Amino acid sequence: MTVTATAPPAADERLGKPKPMDQLVKRPEIGAMLGALLVFVFFSVVSEQFLSVGGAATWLDDASMLGIMAVAVALLMIGGEFDLSAGVMTASTALVTALLATQLGLNVWLALLVSLAFALAVGALNGWLVMRTGLPSFIVTLGSFLALQGLNLGVTRLVTGSVQVSGMRSAAGYESAGFLFASTFQVAGTGFYVSIIWWVLFTVVASTVLMRTRFGNWIFAVGGAAQSSRAVGVPVVRSKILLFMTTAFAAWLVGSINILRYASVQANQGIGLEFQYIIAAVIGGCLLTGGFGSAVGAAIGALIFGMARQGIVYAGWNSDWFQLFLGVMLLAAVLVNNMLRRRAERVRR
Amino acid sequence: MTPLIETEDIGKTYGSVIALSDVSTVVNAGEVTCVLGDNGAGKSTLIKILAGVHQHDRGSFKVEGQEIRFSSPREALDHGIATVYQDLAVVPLMSVWRNFFLGSEPTTKLGFLDRKKGREITRKALSDMGIDLRDVEQPVGTLSGGERQCVAIARAVHFGAKVLILDEPTAALGVKQAGVVLKYVAQARDRGLGVVLITHNPHHAYPVGNRFLLLKRGRALGSYEKSEIDINELTKQMAGGAELEALEHELRGVEA
Repeated sequence: MTVTATAPPAADERLGKPKPMDQLVKRPEIGAMLGALLVFVFFSVVSEQFLSVGGAATWLDDASMLGIMAVAVALLMIGGEFDLSAGVMTASTALVTALLATQLGLNVWLALLVSLAFALAVGALNGWLVMRTGLPSFIVTLGSFLALQGLNLGVTRLVTGSVQVSGMRSAAGYESAGFLFASTFQVAGTGFYVSIIWWVLFTVVASTVLMRTRFGNWIFAVGGAAQSSRAVGVPVVRSKILLFMTTAFAAWLVGSINILRYASVQANQGIGLEFQYIIAAVIGGCLLTGGFGSAVGAAIGALIFGMARQGIVYAGWNSDWFQLFLGVMLLAAVLVNNMLRRRAERVRR
Repeated sequence: MTPLIETEDIGKTYGSVIALSDVSTVVNAGEVTCVLGDNGAGKSTLIKILAGVHQHDRGSFKVEGQEIRFSSPREALDHGIATVYQDLAVVPLMSVWRNFFLGSEPTTKLGFLDRKKGREITRKALSDMGIDLRDVEQPVGTLSGGERQCVAIARAVHFGAKVLILDEPTAALGVKQAGVVLKYVAQARDRGLGVVLITHNPHHAYPVGNRFLLLKRGRALGSYEKSEIDINELTKQMAGGAELEALEHELRGVEA
């Protein structure tokens, strides 16, 4: 018996017209874009300062510090993992740099290099532990979150006798490093922090990697179905460890910007920020279950964050309202994401 | 002609559990070898050995005449043995073409993904198999179960598999969808691939199969060429012969 495949009829009766919602599935950041537009218009109307150049410089800076981390966390979440130690890592890296520069008298550039190595090592350890134990990254990185928090406070108190490290300004190389990480550039007579450029740059690179490279393809795959990916030869363990290291790198970048801008760092900084990163990534269209999301979306999620946080200040309201706004925003985003995922995952028999 | 795969008295033990013992079969190019059996018959163990997931501990396993022992699925893949698992075939949230090329993505000279080439090759490879998709950018999850199996089969064929192992490709499908998948199994066979089709449905196996290996409780219950057995006998053998007849009588009794 021979079975030959006949070509299906030219007009395929199984397929209807593509619905707009089906197109949305391919662009997870669209919801965040609409949200950002809404927030922007809203605060432009209720407050004059919001739309001024100075106002924009403020909320863009707020968004940039969050955004660098949100984008890295988004990649990790698309890869199917969480990193709760991301927030406290921004303090750890700043502390390592500051302690080396002020206590050991290292050149700031060298201190930055050492703290980068430290960050990458912690990221690799996080990833290795998650992959090796097979435990949820939520619990593994909760452990490293607590451990780092303890280390930050303990080591700082041990070395300096207080819970802050300051005096960076007198360290060698502070000026040149500060130019790269913490200077301002002039637009329309107003100083914008260089962190905004780092944020844009990081988002562009992350998005390019995610959408245009093999590794990007693997990020989606290991987050969507790790077993299937392994079966077709995707290096699952290596990919996920690299993602943890990317998050650690971003934490180093933000930590370095912080220490070089303020010249001092509190040992208890960064705690609680990890949830803001996750929230920004989710608002940007990332699924909590992995395998879906966008780097640009996470950057926009951070932008919404920055605009709302500063907009509420400009509008003269109590900042308590920000939490309410955040909660509503997050719930709305999760509902939209969930609907999109069901649409993408639904099984037709 | 040397068979693509030949096993002789192959066996596997997990601790004190004998999962498979003394199973012999061959897979030839352009032929379909069906492995039939109820749950727990040892079908999965057999294909996991062939696919490189587990190693046999007795008997001989030859690929193209060479005695072999795979240490990983990747090694089996390098020898041209591709496995399509029932529920592990694809990543549902990724687009069809990204799934198609997963693990073997085409890149431009600069090292970026060649998305245009990826889409074109995917569309062509699928249409060569007779699968006409409106849009290779749609998530695989929006395809029907049968279509998803077909994408996985087309992928294995495209990337030069010599042997295609299909684990219960029709198990979760409706009658029509199962027919579509079997059509592509036949396509792969006609293209000269050796196919191992695992199923517990003799009605799916018989139309496309050349050879039938029946397993029961880890042992070979029988191995037949298509000329040696008809569908009724195959069904009877699979269901345990006499037991089914007894059951049939009981059920008739209920009806009456």
